[in-house]
Amino acid sequence: MTNSLTDHLGRHVVVVTGMGVVTSLGQGQQDNWRDLTAAKSGIRHISRFSTEGLRTTIAGCVDFLDVDPYSAPALSIAMAESAASEAIEQADIGRKGDFPGPLFLATPPTELEWPQRRELYGEESDTSLEGYDRMLSACRTSKHDEMQRLFQFASVGEHLADKYGTKGLPVSLSTACASGGTAIQLGVEAIRRGDTDTALCVGTDGTVNLEALVRFSLLSALSTRNNPPEAAMASFSKDRDGFVMAEGAACLVLESYEASKARGANILGVVHGCGEHADDFHRTRTSPDGMPMIRTITKAITDAGLKPADIGYVNAHGTSTPENDKMEYFSMKQAFGEGMETTPISSNKSMIGHTLSAAGAVEAVFSLMTMQSGLIPPTINYNTPDPDMGTIDAVPNKAREADVSAVISNSFGFGGQNVSVVYGREPK
Amino acid sequence: MKRNDAMSKENADVWITGIGLLSSLGEGADAHSTAISGKSGSTVTPKLDEQNYAPYPVHPLVEVDYASQIKKRGDLRQMEPWQRIGTYTAGLALADAGLAGDLEALDHMDMIVAAGSGERDAAMDQKVLEKTSGDNANKGHSNEILKSELRPTLFLAQLSNLLAGNISIVHKVTGSSRTYMGEELAGLASIENAYNRISSGQSDLMLIGGANNAERKDSLLIFELGQNLWGDEFKSIWERAEQGGGLVQGSVGAFLVLESADHAKARGAKPYAKLSGISSDRCRRDEGQAKDNLDSQFDELSKTMEQGNLGVLSGASGTSQATAEELAFLGGLEGKGFTPLTRAYGSMMGHSFEAQMPAGLALAALALSKGQYIEPLDSSGVEASTDKAPEQIMVTSVGHWRGEGLALLTSLDSKEAK
Repeated sequence: MTNSLTDHLGRHVVVVTGMGVVTSLGQGQQDNWRDLTAAKSGIRHISRFSTEGLRTTIAGCVDFLDVDPYSAPALSIAMAESAASEAIEQADIGRKGDFPGPLFLATPPTELEWPQRRELYGEESDTSLEGYDRMLSACRTSKHDEMQRLFQFASVGEHLADKYGTKGLPVSLSTACASGGTAIQLGVEAIRRGDTDTALCVGTDGTVNLEALVRFSLLSALSTRNNPPEAAMASFSKDRDGFVMAEGAACLVLESYEASKARGANILGVVHGCGEHADDFHRTRTSPDGMPMIRTITKAITDAGLKPADIGYVNAHGTSTPENDKMEYFSMKQAFGEGMETTPISSNKSMIGHTLSAAGAVEAVFSLMTMQSGLIPPTINYNTPDPDMGTIDAVPNKAREADVSAVISNSFGFGGQNVSVVYGREPK
Repeated sequence: MKRNDAMSKENADVWITGIGLLSSLGEGADAHSTAISGKSGSTVTPKLDEQNYAPYPVHPLVEVDYASQIKKRGDLRQMEPWQRIGTYTAGLALADAGLAGDLEALDHMDMIVAAGSGERDAAMDQKVLEKTSGDNANKGHSNEILKSELRPTLFLAQLSNLLAGNISIVHKVTGSSRTYMGEELAGLASIENAYNRISSGQSDLMLIGGANNAERKDSLLIFELGQNLWGDEFKSIWERAEQGGGLVQGSVGAFLVLESADHAKARGAKPYAKLSGISSDRCRRDEGQAKDNLDSQFDELSKTMEQGNLGVLSGASGTSQATAEELAFLGGLEGKGFTPLTRAYGSMMGHSFEAQMPAGLALAALALSKGQYIEPLDSSGVEASTDKAPEQIMVTSVGHWRGEGLALLTSLDSKEAK
């Protein structure tokens, strides 16, 4: 039977009917895809704050949206709105402010930032009080509702739930750099259960601020190849030295195939399956045998009812850290066997940097556009092959035409988080 | 989103088979069941720290020997207190369910942690504020100051998902790992998701829960931005609600093992209670909206309830509007044929945000399995005493700011539990 409404395990087939994306390359699918397939980079010198004295001075910032003053939640909200509005408009679903399903949101953990701490600290006239006592006293004197609304954890989700009228509790989640993949996974699971016909899955991250940059730098996670900025991300190359922090957001409108057909929606692609397995080895490092990653990849392909040979392209996590790229390629080879030598694998991050909580969602949009357009975006700055990766086909430096009907997109994060999602061009 | 037993006959039953609790009242299921089963007329005396965070009282954590659950000193060193509380309590829940060290089960166990922000180093923040504010406000230096001050702090202890990460490392829970954020509604949403996954057959074994460290000024600050804290002599939830409202934080760790009945039976696990239904929603908190949400959720959930006595473990925080609307909702239950036996457990443990609803479920499950109910926790008149322990308990979650939800637990008679 072709185009079945249920999958190999009798579950609802889940399709994508709307997409939206913002990265340092620009706003919207069209601009992003044009630059991504032209091998352009969005990485620049940071202008948001002074980088004097810092080892890393570059990032993929989204500075073209009207967010003033900057704060991570304010920018995360603005980017998420841009992506969600684009996706909902494309899906042409529900009514304005009345999205007929739940929200699953990948968003960075929120906390007060230095400008807010300084503001509170400066407000209090009793300077005999120190540190937090002084800030608490300022809060007792006057309410700071606006600040509270922005810096509670539920803030970004609440804002989106209000604006788009999503149903039920908005779920805000974090699985670190796998968060975007997890948001999509939760949407797929809800539709498969029959809890809902549709779900709004969003990933957003606007955390390029001084403290976050210093923190990641102290973990030795960031590239220090500041000049020229666009050459810093060297995923899968021997000379890679870390990731570049970046901002972005993406949104997928997921629907059951049945519901989308019933309303005559235009289908952009399919989510065939998801896989996940947590790593218990270390807070930031991967099990040396790669088993959690290998099992994640294998579970996703099994869940999709496919075989490795059915996968035409790997949208890699590809963070350009020495550890990730080595372990990711090793795990793909273990899961795919010799077939991996002829399967193209590329890193969108080589151009847009690491969008952290948003990465899995941003890369989902690009995975689906790869199949739609028949064009695989390249890994840029791939000039020095890593002998540890033998015959890897990293789609070096130039986009490539290819007829791809299934893609696996990997997302791995600190805290042992591993998620892989398999996307398809059309229902089986 | 709503799902309950009435939806489909094919749904799997969801049992609570493990409880981990840690608070100012003590450690473990037994300590808490002793605390909540005071003899008639006696009340639980809350443990308080009224000095260190004045004017804010907090319920401080009981003294804990972390090494009994977190054996490697290196692991312990990588965690700030909230992660220690959570990792320790998760270990208690796994041990209580008979799953500690059962690598085969833990390998397919699914985990959802409801987490807040990791804690900051208050001394470091103070130093940076002093060096970069007022007369010292010289932006050119702030990079150097931050770089040197941040160096020894634990960034990884501040990432929300690293509580789950630590549970994977220390206890080997690896089937899946997700972290929900967003104060009370994160706890509510995680339980609802676990219930939905187990009842639909997507999972058969889950660990859910959260942790709150009340003894930190950076967390007090977040909630005092909107003047949500009670900054006066300690009073119970309902008394505070009458006097302007305010919440008192408590250090709490609460984890539960949820399991499909078939999975529990196959391994001979003993259930505390059955999670029979759960519902949730949100609103903007215009006047009356939270009460309306609770009313319509109750009408759906009560379809499977027996009229009469209904235990109600209220997760109320004590903030004025949320608590008043919950009281109004509870006041309407008589008219629907139910006699609510209400206990605001925050009056004895404090408010723990993400951990609040998991803690309520843990207390409800304990009460049902022991056949003992909590004595009234104050003399406001809201909490009626009873001679007969209820066989069904509803746990409420009305977030201090957002999110409303109800969960229903029912006792399992010995026949069902076999």
